[in-house]
Amino acid sequence: MDETSRASQAAHHAPPQGFIRNYIFSLDHKIIGKQYYGLALLAVLTGMVLSWLMRIHLVWPNSPVPGLKWLAHTSAPNGVITPEYYLSLMTMHGTLMVFFVLTNAPFAAFGNYFLPIQIGAEDMAFPRFNMMSFWMTFLAFCVLMAALFVGDGPPISGWTAYPPLSAVGAVAGPGQGTGQTLWGLSIAIFCIASLLGSLNFISTTLDLRARGMTLMRMPLSTWAWFITACIALLAFAVLLPACGLLILDRLAGTSFFVPANLVVSDQIQPHSGGSPLLWQHLFWFFGHPEVYIAIVPAMGIVSHILINAMRRPMLSHKVIIYSLMSLGFLSYMVWGHHMFVSGMNPLSSLMFSFPTLVITIPSTILTLIWIGSLYGCKLRITSASLFALGFVSLFVSGGVSGFFLAQPSIDVLLHATYFVVGHFHLVMGVAAIFGVFAATYFWFPKMFGRMMNERLGKIHFWLTFVGAYLIFMPFHYLGMAGNVRRYSAFVNDYLQPLLPVHRFITIAALATGAAQIIFLYNLIHSRFRGEPAPQNPWEATSLEWTVPSPPPWDNFAGKIPVVYHDPYQYGVKGATGDYVMQDSPQKIPTVPEEGRR
Amino acid sequence: MADTMIEAGVSFLAAQIILAVFIWWFSTSKPGQKIRNFPGGARGLVAAAIVLVGLEVLALGVFGQKAWANIYFTPPGPNAMPIQVQAGQFAFYFRYPGPDGKFGPIHPELINEATQNIFGLDLDHDQDSKDDIVTAQMAVPVNREIHLLMHAKDVGHSFYVRELRIQQDFVPGLDLSLHFTATTPGKYEIVCTQLCGLGHYNMKAYLLVMSQADFENWLKQQAAMQ
Amino acid sequence: MATTVHEPPRVRPRKLPSRKQGTGSGGGGWRDRTPSDGSFLAVGDRSTASKTGVWVGLAAITMSFAALTSALVVRQGSAADWQHVTLPRVLYLNTLVLVASSFTLEFARRRFSRLAFLGSGEATASPLRWLYVTLSLGLLFVGGQYAAWLQLKSQGLYLATTPSSSFFYVLTAVHALHVLGGLGGLIYVSSKLRRSALRKNTLDAASHYWHFMDILWLYLFLLLWVKL
Repeated sequence: MDETSRASQAAHHAPPQGFIRNYIFSLDHKIIGKQYYGLALLAVLTGMVLSWLMRIHLVWPNSPVPGLKWLAHTSAPNGVITPEYYLSLMTMHGTLMVFFVLTNAPFAAFGNYFLPIQIGAEDMAFPRFNMMSFWMTFLAFCVLMAALFVGDGPPISGWTAYPPLSAVGAVAGPGQGTGQTLWGLSIAIFCIASLLGSLNFISTTLDLRARGMTLMRMPLSTWAWFITACIALLAFAVLLPACGLLILDRLAGTSFFVPANLVVSDQIQPHSGGSPLLWQHLFWFFGHPEVYIAIVPAMGIVSHILINAMRRPMLSHKVIIYSLMSLGFLSYMVWGHHMFVSGMNPLSSLMFSFPTLVITIPSTILTLIWIGSLYGCKLRITSASLFALGFVSLFVSGGVSGFFLAQPSIDVLLHATYFVVGHFHLVMGVAAIFGVFAATYFWFPKMFGRMMNERLGKIHFWLTFVGAYLIFMPFHYLGMAGNVRRYSAFVNDYLQPLLPVHRFITIAALATGAAQIIFLYNLIHSRFRGEPAPQNPWEATSLEWTVPSPPPWDNFAGKIPVVYHDPYQYGVKGATGDYVMQDSPQKIPTVPEEGRR
Repeated sequence: MADTMIEAGVSFLAAQIILAVFIWWFSTSKPGQKIRNFPGGARGLVAAAIVLVGLEVLALGVFGQKAWANIYFTPPGPNAMPIQVQAGQFAFYFRYPGPDGKFGPIHPELINEATQNIFGLDLDHDQDSKDDIVTAQMAVPVNREIHLLMHAKDVGHSFYVRELRIQQDFVPGLDLSLHFTATTPGKYEIVCTQLCGLGHYNMKAYLLVMSQADFENWLKQQAAMQ
Repeated sequence: MATTVHEPPRVRPRKLPSRKQGTGSGGGGWRDRTPSDGSFLAVGDRSTASKTGVWVGLAAITMSFAALTSALVVRQGSAADWQHVTLPRVLYLNTLVLVASSFTLEFARRRFSRLAFLGSGEATASPLRWLYVTLSLGLLFVGGQYAAWLQLKSQGLYLATTPSSSFFYVLTAVHALHVLGGLGGLIYVSSKLRRSALRKNTLDAASHYWHFMDILWLYLFLLLWVKL
């Protein structure tokens, strides 16, 4: 091999050779996508078990949990969860779910796998960055898991890690030592990984589209990943320095966030003049866009799947794209709505309240387009489309409660109560997870070359859908009754009548969690024993269905497609059936539908 | 709150029902059936969303702003009674200025739970501190405006009384204040809503709202216990 | 736009560089847009991913420094413990060095494009020499920043001494890290150039990044000068 051809291979990778290059340190975006999916699965299972432990502790505080004695013998003596261990579970649950599940699964996992294929590229623009991005995420995960098992207690300051509690160190009680430092380190590593990933997504979308793949011809899922990458790039770029400053406050004795004259455990702290609100501003400047990092990909995926199930394009392709863009843009102007009672200038509360309410406009437009497009369609009910429809329902349910929280005068009552917990679990957590489920049922055949079991999929949907409502709807009631969140026990007089509601929620959570075994079984069983999947099982139009299932290592086996059509040519008389593939040079004789503006 | 409740409830129910009906309706399509478009198409829906939601946003924004401005943009009246509250891991303590109406300064280095010097008062040197009354419960006279001066000792906390619809964070290093008037006598719970450590769930105090006469008696008793 | 009717692809058909059979890379598209025969004629390619990537990365870096700047402003206003720090003298010299390195990099780029235009694969020495000068100036800058830290240290100003010294160390250290990254990029570029396998876009991307570090430093210097 001469110098130059080696150089050209250094720029873009050759077919992988050997097990390690193939499956572990792979440069292939498809393997990296699957790795992200696997990591998200691991994280979601861990996070779910942690939430079970929390729910059990809230309802049966003194009963030992089998096996916990060995897992956490200092934090949970004899398997009975201590108040500080409850807070650790809560911190870990939040961090795992927000970062390692809601950021990784809909965005990094499916985006990595399908964005290059959907735009007709052979790989990401920077495969090496891509590999680095996954392995740094994995490292961040390991560091976070280490924080759960350190000797002086896992971190307890929540996924928001407000200083001074998170910054003054071990003097502030258990969980504020090594565990909290590891938490900050893990998040900082995660930030770098996400920045690399977003950079890759943006460059790939802008530069590696196949011929004829104009921006407006990109599928909605690709659009959503692209917009999400833009949001993530700017959001994580702010969280990273914030984490750095927090770690310096903890380890180097600086005073960025810790003010003077704090008396913790009767000792004056050696800090001076820092601003706890500064962390809140930096954190929520990242934190609110993070919500959209979770939900925008799910919106794109759901649109993509719904269109396929409805056998018609959305009423308007462009309006969806512009709505997603405005969501992304507005998400940067509303961070202060997390801080209405934080002591921020009350005028700023109003300034932040208005754009928060305005965000409902693009959200409503999206919802109306989804529901309006259902009118007069030929809906195919599959597991994937059920989860996509479930997403719309959950998004509405979680969205309307945002009305309450967006107004500072009402937020004063509901802030930091279970109302908020119910709101964000529905609209960000469960809705985005439904997007992930829909994506899994839809794309599994392409990823693994085998079909998933539809019957089990539908059972899984109904159990999860009903379960999610049973768990999270009562949260709103609890919140309105003033039930404060992040309490490891309810000792207040006025909370006693609410305990039966908590018991109900715990039982619903355990049952709904158990129902996920059906999904896991379906996933593993179908991976090895499922029906072999054809190239295009859903009669879909976008480029990922023009290649074999699973695709070859360079996606298109050397033949980069040329794109002739908009992504969703359904409801037209095609060569086979009612659709025309994006790369089909076939002419489409008439405009079948109005409204494709 | 009620307006928001109605608007949210209506839009919630409408959206869910229409979604369900459409799924029901169009999932059982006959072969050969033509695909139809929603009357008005995307343009109609977008216009509807912008007009309806826009009006709603404007209305909520204006109402909300009024309610907010009433609490936060008006300073406490000249007759408001000052009470200081200090939040620390994991208890609230309250301080009344006593007959002189002045709070003595806080000396953080003197704060000591063992000697019960909760606020770090220097009784030997500060004249203003001598008649200050420190309590573990908060009593206020009914229908009297209270000016609550908030001080955090260690980490972030929050002051939340569900019945009074007030919630305000304690920010260390930043002395905030709050004013409110309790109108119904009774015993309410003050709870912490900002995660402050392992005892967070147990951080609470009682707010006693009583008549002016009862309040004066109560304050005398407390003063005697200092 | 009625894109439902058949129409040809909207992207102007690109002239792909001629592909040699049997080079192993098969497909079309970006994979073949590297000079396959060492000739710089093919260097004027259109694969712009590296350039886009650098711009996207610079957006993220800008955001990070914007966050740090706002942190500095908020922190300065939050308490009365802000102390004036006299900037070490060596910073003026460092600034000159970094600005000079931008010029030398531009010299290298000019000479490289002339080379590409002439299409000769041999005379890489001239741009390479300027690249080495840039590299050494960059190293000198990082060394100079280290000297500045030593100067502050000798005044008894450590990371945690005052908020202003904290910000000085944090901002200069984060910037120096990014400069080190830029040095890595330049080393990559010069090794490519030595093997006559450098694409113009790679050099452009590396130099955009480098110039940005230069501008970023001027901004930081001004910020520190005004605020500390």
